[in-house]
Amino acid sequence: MANIPHDATNTAPPAELGEMELYHPKSWWTKYVFSQDAKIIAIQYAVTALAIGFVALVLSWLIRLQLGFPNTFTFIDAERYYQFITMHGMIMVVYLLTALFLGGFGNYLIPLMVGARDMVFPYANMLSYWIYLLAVLVLVASFFVPGGPTGAGWTLYPPQAITSGTPGDEGGIILMLVSLILFIIGFTMGGLNYTVTVLQARTRGMTLMRMPLTVWGIFVATIMALLAFPALFVAAVMMLFDKLLGTSFFMPTLVEFGEQLSYGGGSPILFQHLFWFFGHPEVYIVALPAFGIVSDLISTHARRNIFGYRMMVWAIVIIGALSFVVWAHHMYVSGMHPYFGFWFATTTLIIAVPTAIKVYNWVLTLWRADIHFTTPMLFALGFIVTFVNGGLSGLFLGNVVVDVPLSDTMFVVAHFHMVMGIAPILVIYGAIYHWYPKVTGRMLSEALGKFHFWVTFVGAYLIFFPMHYVGLMGAPRRYFETSDIMVLPDSAITLNAFMSIAAFVVGFAQMVFIFNVVWSLKNGKEAGGNPWRATTLEWQTPKTPPEHGNWGKELPIVYRWAYDYSVPGAPEDFVPQNQPAAATQGAPS
Amino acid sequence: MSEATANENKPVQTLEPGLKGVVADWASDQRSFKTASWGKAMMWIFLVSDTFVFGIFLLSYMTTRISTPVAWPDPSHVFGLHVFGVEVPLLLIAIMTFVLITSSGTMAMAVNFGYRRDKAKTTLMLLVTALFGATFVGMQIFEWTKLIQEGVRPWGNPFGAEQFGASFFMITGFHGTHVTIGVIFLLIVARKVWRGDFDNGRPGFFTARKGRYEVVEIMGLYWHFVDLVWVFIFAFFYLW
Repeated sequence: MANIPHDATNTAPPAELGEMELYHPKSWWTKYVFSQDAKIIAIQYAVTALAIGFVALVLSWLIRLQLGFPNTFTFIDAERYYQFITMHGMIMVVYLLTALFLGGFGNYLIPLMVGARDMVFPYANMLSYWIYLLAVLVLVASFFVPGGPTGAGWTLYPPQAITSGTPGDEGGIILMLVSLILFIIGFTMGGLNYTVTVLQARTRGMTLMRMPLTVWGIFVATIMALLAFPALFVAAVMMLFDKLLGTSFFMPTLVEFGEQLSYGGGSPILFQHLFWFFGHPEVYIVALPAFGIVSDLISTHARRNIFGYRMMVWAIVIIGALSFVVWAHHMYVSGMHPYFGFWFATTTLIIAVPTAIKVYNWVLTLWRADIHFTTPMLFALGFIVTFVNGGLSGLFLGNVVVDVPLSDTMFVVAHFHMVMGIAPILVIYGAIYHWYPKVTGRMLSEALGKFHFWVTFVGAYLIFFPMHYVGLMGAPRRYFETSDIMVLPDSAITLNAFMSIAAFVVGFAQMVFIFNVVWSLKNGKEAGGNPWRATTLEWQTPKTPPEHGNWGKELPIVYRWAYDYSVPGAPEDFVPQNQPAAATQGAPS
Repeated sequence: MSEATANENKPVQTLEPGLKGVVADWASDQRSFKTASWGKAMMWIFLVSDTFVFGIFLLSYMTTRISTPVAWPDPSHVFGLHVFGVEVPLLLIAIMTFVLITSSGTMAMAVNFGYRRDKAKTTLMLLVTALFGATFVGMQIFEWTKLIQEGVRPWGNPFGAEQFGASFFMITGFHGTHVTIGVIFLLIVARKVWRGDFDNGRPGFFTARKGRYEVVEIMGLYWHFVDLVWVFIFAFFYLW
């Protein structure tokens, strides 16, 4: 019995579906630009997301310039500072992380990993990208309208988001809301594709409980996004009406310069509820794909089956479900009823249980494993550490009484940057180093990759670890500068300058990454079909990079789960998912 | 199996009844919903997402209605019609609702005729459904015009809380947009049925996918959803 690989069989049920009807491109334009091939769409998504993410990186430098060296750089005035933090936050959360994980990795990996030829609705998939691109362009356009982009903070809380005095209240906020609405429409088209492909277009033998955890993470995150984005959609529409038509959904009676505005009777707290009903699941929309990808990276590069696969799947599902009932922990200081705080604190802390299960399982996967310290593995390990760190400060912020004094301090900024900024971005890098060979056929430079990792990982800690202390000293977030209104000790000011310098160094390390990606396209080592000796289906394609339709003549048939690494008795230390059981058994069972 | 059968919904295995069948479906390979084609699964999931959109619209409306300090206008007065000198509350809405529910019936007939491959009757029923839908939108335009003439605006109205006009135009407008999009697609599907696209599997203009009569049913799912949503809007906006 001991020699029988987990879950493996010799046969697969007969095919229920015929071949997928594919759109065959007729010209260069329909092949590479208006492409209906999920792999091309994935690359388009990824390049667009990374490009707009680069803008957010530059914005973060400008923020750090002001925070580290207040009043030194005169071109950053208070208005611009608010615009920088707003756009930095919005771009990173929505236009980079969500788009890259779901639109980028989702499009590339789902069809390949479940053994489909393409997404189920390639045309809608193509539209999804182009509407996303339009949303990004509208967002970028807001930098060039009179008044500039909105400076309302990435949460866009009304009434200040649309009243005068907030930077970008003329055009910026309108373009921001329009861009979000477009993003949601575009995402819905893609999201329907991802869910239906996972549910209804798997290859023979690919049961849900044989899917790689990457697919599970992206799948559950997509379902969450389809249920959470409606709240942001409605909130954006209502705020747009408040701004353009003068309705008062979110606007109470206000007096400005001694004059009463025409608004009255609206509920700003309603916006907060809607925003965080989207905003909290959004954290896990970003985190769950990261969880999934990290599980696969660790398993592959530690040559070990993932510990507790079923637990990992159910943890993903439970985290996804719980994240819909915790949103008001972002609103402890909004004046809501204290019993609400009790409920939301309880649900928030319960999420720690499935999350902890995942972390323990990663550690147990690594326990006495054959760990290869490749670049993707380093990034995956970096993620676990960073995520645990950010999660622990989350325990402080999840409790009402501890959160109230910490609310709106740099401690919060440090917490969410650790847990949903640095941690998922480390996974994105790990995933790019891991799958780049499949996308391009060439390896990224390991030497540059390791340099990139160490500077990014250590640097991120140098930026955000001290930030916790500065926050505990009482430094508020979203303040342009604090010297006139509060006294921070000299040590905090020195720390701020130190964090800024670290931020520039980390930022420049990303240029090394960009150089690596471009340089390796031509000069990277030839990868071959399966450089990491991985089990999952995307590494078993007949060609690398996979061609349109992915699989050549015959679809692969899956006989086992995705984690048959170091199986005793097997000739190799990995057994691909499409290898029947008989081929690996040394002795008859 | 040939390409033509790729998306058709025919059960391949014998299905087990009850909970056992559900578990067997979800534990199986290839498809979790054994009888649903991709298009149908996609429409169902989209409708769940759209339910959240409408649900949040309605919840937001209820919140603003409860939290506004000004009294809410009396719907049976505002939406009443004077007919032959008698004020009949909610008369127009009653007719609109009746028309829309009727259109659900004709839609169901279209789906039935579609599966019988009855080209003429399917086309007819789709057109009748589209006509009812257009009538609904027309009556909605009448209702909007009447209210606007009486001074109701998104930013204020003579009857009470200003959120009344704002919520009314936003929610009925959003629903009306859904009906309008539905009517447009009903006409497109009717044309495809009449041209025989679903009999000879003519590929779609954009998607290059073969036409199937199932498209009528997927269209029907959307249409019934839009009608169902109207029942909730009716209940929460006009009857409350």
